[in-house]
Amino acid sequence: MNKCVERLYNGIIKENPTFVLMLGMCPTLAVTTTAINGVGMGLSTTAVLVFSNLIISALRKIIPDRVRIPAYIVIVASLVTIVQLLLQAYIPSLYESLGIYIPLIVVNCIILGRAEAYAAKNGVVESAFDGIGMGLGFTVGLTCIAIFREILGGGAVFGMEFIPEDFRITIFGLAPGAFFVLAGLTALQNKFKAPSATNGSAPKSALACGGNCASCSGSACASNHEALDKIRKEQEAKAAEAKKAAALKAAEAKKAAEAKKAAEAAAAAKKAGE
Amino acid sequence: MNRLLNVSSSPHVRDSVTTQSVMFDVLIAMLPAAAFGVYQFGFHALLVIIATMAACVLSEYLYEKGMKLPITVADGSALVTGMILALNMPADIPLWIPMLGGVFAIVVVKQLYGGLGQNFMNPALAGRCFLLISFAGKMSSFTLDGWTGATPLAQLKAGQSVDVAAMFIGRIPGTIGEVSVIALLIGAAYMVFKKVISLRIPVTYIVTTALFVFIFGQHDLGFVAAHVFGGGLIFGAFFMATDYVTSPITPKGQIVFGVLLGILTGLFRLFGGSAEGVSYAIIISNMLVPLIEKFTLPTAFGKEGKKS
Repeated sequence: MNKCVERLYNGIIKENPTFVLMLGMCPTLAVTTTAINGVGMGLSTTAVLVFSNLIISALRKIIPDRVRIPAYIVIVASLVTIVQLLLQAYIPSLYESLGIYIPLIVVNCIILGRAEAYAAKNGVVESAFDGIGMGLGFTVGLTCIAIFREILGGGAVFGMEFIPEDFRITIFGLAPGAFFVLAGLTALQNKFKAPSATNGSAPKSALACGGNCASCSGSACASNHEALDKIRKEQEAKAAEAKKAAALKAAEAKKAAEAKKAAEAAAAAKKAGE
Repeated sequence: MNRLLNVSSSPHVRDSVTTQSVMFDVLIAMLPAAAFGVYQFGFHALLVIIATMAACVLSEYLYEKGMKLPITVADGSALVTGMILALNMPADIPLWIPMLGGVFAIVVVKQLYGGLGQNFMNPALAGRCFLLISFAGKMSSFTLDGWTGATPLAQLKAGQSVDVAAMFIGRIPGTIGEVSVIALLIGAAYMVFKKVISLRIPVTYIVTTALFVFIFGQHDLGFVAAHVFGGGLIFGAFFMATDYVTSPITPKGQIVFGVLLGILTGLFRLFGGSAEGVSYAIIISNMLVPLIEKFTLPTAFGKEGKKS
């Protein structure tokens, strides 16, 4: 599979940020009251994510390792401000209804997570596609949740009314409903074994990151390095022990052979003596 | 010495009490209140009770069947959940609302957490709060003899006076099961007599609520009596707060639990937005039960005097 297409598949299905990685829960739970809000939030985040991945990937050799987080935040915050101003200018209704959650995109874990895990050590084009994939995955997640919540709680979706006012279950429009729907959809995703990073044969490892060194950067994984060292030491000790045991065995075999030789010689001498 | 000696671990003393017998005792104890509700509010109240219990039992059966679990319908716990939920409904509610609440109570609150004994809050009350938030209008319109009226607690909140004697007998608007204090007390006496519940939680709960209302509300015995007899306090204290699964098992913990319930109920009633607070007080306290039990664990035999 082409690397760029693979990134899209990875973002939308295999490592879907909402249902598999469980990242960015704050906007997921807060703004999914209507489908329009879900789509709007998802696409705004996608826009920020694509450009932040692109810029961070382009600057990855310039940004010093020690100050990379502040540098990423500055880049992301500038992009979020641009998106916020654009929304305010061209889609004021969405800007009104998303409110505080637009500036909060700055601290969305998906954006910083992708910057750390992918953009900081991959090429510009792949990083941009990673941003598109993750952003679309986030949009799909938010939209699914929002559609269920809006139908059950508000009786309508995208302006089409389904359920008469008397039969609407208001709680789905409120905070508890967000948890119910998120949990239900994640359970369905697990039940039907949708291909994802958490379903199926994940590599078993003592490391928190699954032993995948490609997704680590800088000093971010001190504890993982410790675990790695431990494993290495264990393996070394095992190898040394095996070597020792082999040497011992060889020595024993030598001894036995010598004893045999000596006995044979003695027997021969005895025979000769007779 | 030809007798077979059986060596086994504890418990050695067995009793004839089973989950089923306890659940049916609770059901019997709720019958007077249910009967009074049906007598006062009419045939539709009976329909609400039957429909809710049927929804609870059916959803438990179908869930366990679908998940290939052992069918535990026969232990009667779903019937009790349905009964409590139904007695918490206004009499003229459309039947599908309590049925939806029953399905939510059984499937989401009870079965998803592992069935009877694993639920972290009282399923019936969680179902009721689910409905209360979702259908606020329908869940809080109470009629009596064809008149829609405010419950005594709402009247108290508005500063009006109420008839305490009518509240004791139950000639007031309210949910099906909570109106008649005397019918509830008969049922409670039956449960205490059969040793299904101990008096620790209900008595500390009611006394704390009364004290709280006396101290922070009006220094007037009539006002306190109206708060004790009004709303779901008696029903909640004897039938819902004493649920085995969601209340502490240590004696000290039960008293702490009762006091906590009383303070929360008083807070919600006097300073909260709505007139009633028993349901929320009980489910919030339910969630604190593991913490209460952790701090009131009795000293194990043989560990006295030792500091761990």
